[in-house]
Amino acid sequence: MAEQEVLLEVRDLCKNFKVRSRKIGESAQLLHALSHVNLKVYRGETLGVIGESGCGKSTLGRCIVGLHTPSSGQLVFEGKPLNFKAGGGQGKALRRKIQMIFQDPYSSLDPRKTCGKIVEEPMIIHKTVTDSAQRQERVRELMSVVGLDAQHVHRFPHEFSGGQRQRINIARALSLNPDLLVCDEPVSALDVSIQAQVLNLFGRLQEEFGLTYVFISHDLSVIKHISDRIAIMYLGQVVELCGAEGIYDNPLHPYTRALLSAVPPSSPFEEKKTIELKGDIPSPIGDQVGCPLASRCPHCTDRCRQECPSLKEQEPGHQVACFLYES
Amino acid sequence: MDELILEVNNLKTYFFLASGVAKAVDGVSFQLHKGETLGVVGESGSGKSVMSKCVIRLLEKVGRIVEGEIKFEGRDVLSFSEKELMAYRGQDVSMIFQDPMTSLDPVFRVGDQMMENLRIHRGLDKAEARKVAIEALRSVGIPNPEARFEAYPFELSGGMCQRVIIAMALCCNAKVIVADEPTTALDVTVQAQVLRLLKNLQKETGMALMLITHNLGVVWDMCDRVMVMYAGKIVEMASVKDLYGSPMHPYTWGLLDSMPSLSTERKTALKTIAGTPPDLRLTGKCCNFYNRCPYAQTICTECVPELKELAPGHLVACHRQNGVERLEREEGSDRG
Amino acid sequence: MEEKVLNGSISKEAQAAMIRKERTANNAWHKFCRNKSAVVGLIIISLMILMGVLAPVLSPHDPNQINVLQTYLPPFSEGHILGTDDLGRDLLSRLLYGARMSIVVAIGATVLGGVVGILLGLISGYAGGVVDAVIMRIMDGMFAFPFILLSILLVTILGSGVFNVILAIGIGNVPRFARVVRSKVMVTKNEEFCNAERILGASSLRIMFSHILPNTVSEVVVYATLCVGSAIISEASLSFLGLGILIPTPSWGNILRGGRGCLTTAPHIATISGLLIFIAVIGFNLVGDGIRDVMDPKMKK
Repeated sequence: MAEQEVLLEVRDLCKNFKVRSRKIGESAQLLHALSHVNLKVYRGETLGVIGESGCGKSTLGRCIVGLHTPSSGQLVFEGKPLNFKAGGGQGKALRRKIQMIFQDPYSSLDPRKTCGKIVEEPMIIHKTVTDSAQRQERVRELMSVVGLDAQHVHRFPHEFSGGQRQRINIARALSLNPDLLVCDEPVSALDVSIQAQVLNLFGRLQEEFGLTYVFISHDLSVIKHISDRIAIMYLGQVVELCGAEGIYDNPLHPYTRALLSAVPPSSPFEEKKTIELKGDIPSPIGDQVGCPLASRCPHCTDRCRQECPSLKEQEPGHQVACFLYES
Repeated sequence: MDELILEVNNLKTYFFLASGVAKAVDGVSFQLHKGETLGVVGESGSGKSVMSKCVIRLLEKVGRIVEGEIKFEGRDVLSFSEKELMAYRGQDVSMIFQDPMTSLDPVFRVGDQMMENLRIHRGLDKAEARKVAIEALRSVGIPNPEARFEAYPFELSGGMCQRVIIAMALCCNAKVIVADEPTTALDVTVQAQVLRLLKNLQKETGMALMLITHNLGVVWDMCDRVMVMYAGKIVEMASVKDLYGSPMHPYTWGLLDSMPSLSTERKTALKTIAGTPPDLRLTGKCCNFYNRCPYAQTICTECVPELKELAPGHLVACHRQNGVERLEREEGSDRG
Repeated sequence: MEEKVLNGSISKEAQAAMIRKERTANNAWHKFCRNKSAVVGLIIISLMILMGVLAPVLSPHDPNQINVLQTYLPPFSEGHILGTDDLGRDLLSRLLYGARMSIVVAIGATVLGGVVGILLGLISGYAGGVVDAVIMRIMDGMFAFPFILLSILLVTILGSGVFNVILAIGIGNVPRFARVVRSKVMVTKNEEFCNAERILGASSLRIMFSHILPNTVSEVVVYATLCVGSAIISEASLSFLGLGILIPTPSWGNILRGGRGCLTTAPHIATISGLLIFIAVIGFNLVGDGIRDVMDPKMKK
């Protein structure tokens, strides 16, 4: 396989939030949303990011698009440090290359603007198309690309269904011809049949425009279907990273195994044995010592409680952060 | 299955809006037996949530049950007095909603809310109620129930809150639990725990469970029978094994095909149902699915298909399937 | 399978027609008209505005024409349907011209207070931090000052007259508008669509004025209608105290003042002018309530 170009590299990314303590007198603590995340995203691929609530996948997505500033670590895009605030128009140029699709189709569109104005706006902001008539033409083009009726340019968001609003979101993001699209649970709020339509749309657009996706979701079936590689996150860290087939054929990390076993069966004839992790997810607030899964893992050892394992390659293209696999 | 506990006949619930009448539930009939789990599958606008609210009679003001009957243990629910309704809702039938965080009153402690229920419905005094409540919390797998008893809802996670609500349903010895997407807002591992809890409890107490969901995987896991709803009507009803093995309604086929499962081939286009669900103000005059159905014919635009038993225990509402030539399902994704 | 185009009750055309129907049925005007009390309020306001606008046409007499022979005439007197005041001036004409004054002052003060208040609220809510704290403390200071004292102070410094009265009442409105707008801005700026705009590269200015400000319209409009109502009372209070509109220019407030001294001999002056103020304020309040009911957040399906 030819060496793929690395479009985005996440190096040792950490993101902490200050949490005011409830008791008076106690100083503020840190919520460790992301801890030492290392990832590479190759051009043209779909990197799926999966995890449960509190794992940091949304925070990761927001750091990539610049909604959060990393506490430490670096984001490198096309070989250069990612800095949206860079002067000389460079910051703004970066905005054209990286866009985001949000989870909630209802709140991600300005309720007071028509569909046409929403899709048109990025072109106005970045002055990519200065002629008004040409802009209108491009808006209609984008709407038909995402499967919307071009006659509906004058409708307001509340006159569209959830699936259609997500299409408007996608049309808006596409208007700048981005390279990288961060999709934060874009189909989670949609009905199943609409979800399938939108997933197909994502696939089609990737082929047509050569897009790269970082696809965040909590639904394993969706992630497996759409991703080339998958990163599994738990409590702010990436615990396993490999190709989509590999995760399901050969999950290595205990958390991955538990997660897979918890997925509802795909037929009434399937007998599933759930691997249960005892206890609850530990708190991300305060110092994090040892492996994030330590308190719940059936294979926990003393070393796991004291040291935190880092991602190491076990097989070609398959990385795991677990002491079970370290000799 | 054993005796009938809940029966719904030709239920019609309409919403009277300024722009027209939305037929949210348009002639739904089904039966629920003791110890049985009935799955209700559908997407937005199918009427599944409205129907579940009708069973417990918690409908919004703008909606009205215009026709039909609901019978619980043979008694007519729709003609209950206020007092009977209170007993019905608290003791006989319990409801679990989708969002666990908003189902509990945020300004009262969890224990107080549970005790309130017990004292009203079972007439227990404070000390007894507290004992029963803590036992119930323990039986739903909440660690350290005495501490959780004193907690406020915001101190508990989503999964924990759902367990508390299930415990509340248990305490009052509910005979039927209506669960409207109880695990949709929960993580997948927590979902597995909560569903297993429900299953175990059902085995122990013999209660009936009506499980409303859009996730077919949950249906395969939990349900005995399942009904598929679309635009206010039931389009197919069968045992879970029959629905999986030989689904007959084109909408069911579409639904099954649109769901990526772990065994679906990656990176292929999913077979989708074209179009979007119809506006409920326009439905009811013909087959509600015709505009998205690849097999529709003129008859489908003219009259409403009736729900007919096309195989033992397997009901389908489709003109084509009812006709001379049965439709064959096109093979979509892998059906391993 | 071939795509057959079938016509039935749920066809595409039917669905589009339903959306159009919903648009009209749910548009603001229709919703407003379904609310009876709001319509009553609207009628009251319209009548008041008509009174003011058509004052020159409707007044039977010159409002400032003094006639010492016909002072304190009761209502239904010859030639003076509402009677006369202490200087023999026709009450009806004075009330009609007074309506004009009340409207001008009330709307002027609301607009002035509104523009400044909205701007401050927008900046304060969006910027947050120190800017927000400073602006809000100033607003708190203005709130703490009893309105009447503030108006008296301003009128004493600036002098009486229409413009100064508008200024005095308007300044009192600034912190109220600022607060209303600020709370809505603080909520809106964290909505996903504002995040989306930031990611698209929109400048803060653009987000503030093009996206957040239009979304505060409903709150502002409701508040403004209520504000106009209270401004009428404020103007009446100031004129009543002798600080607002000075005679001979008629305003409902100074007519009320004039009628105070002769409540037993000529109660009609104070009663009628007081009643008009009362009804006008109710009218604005009803309309404000009606608009608030209409401006539901866009319903989620």
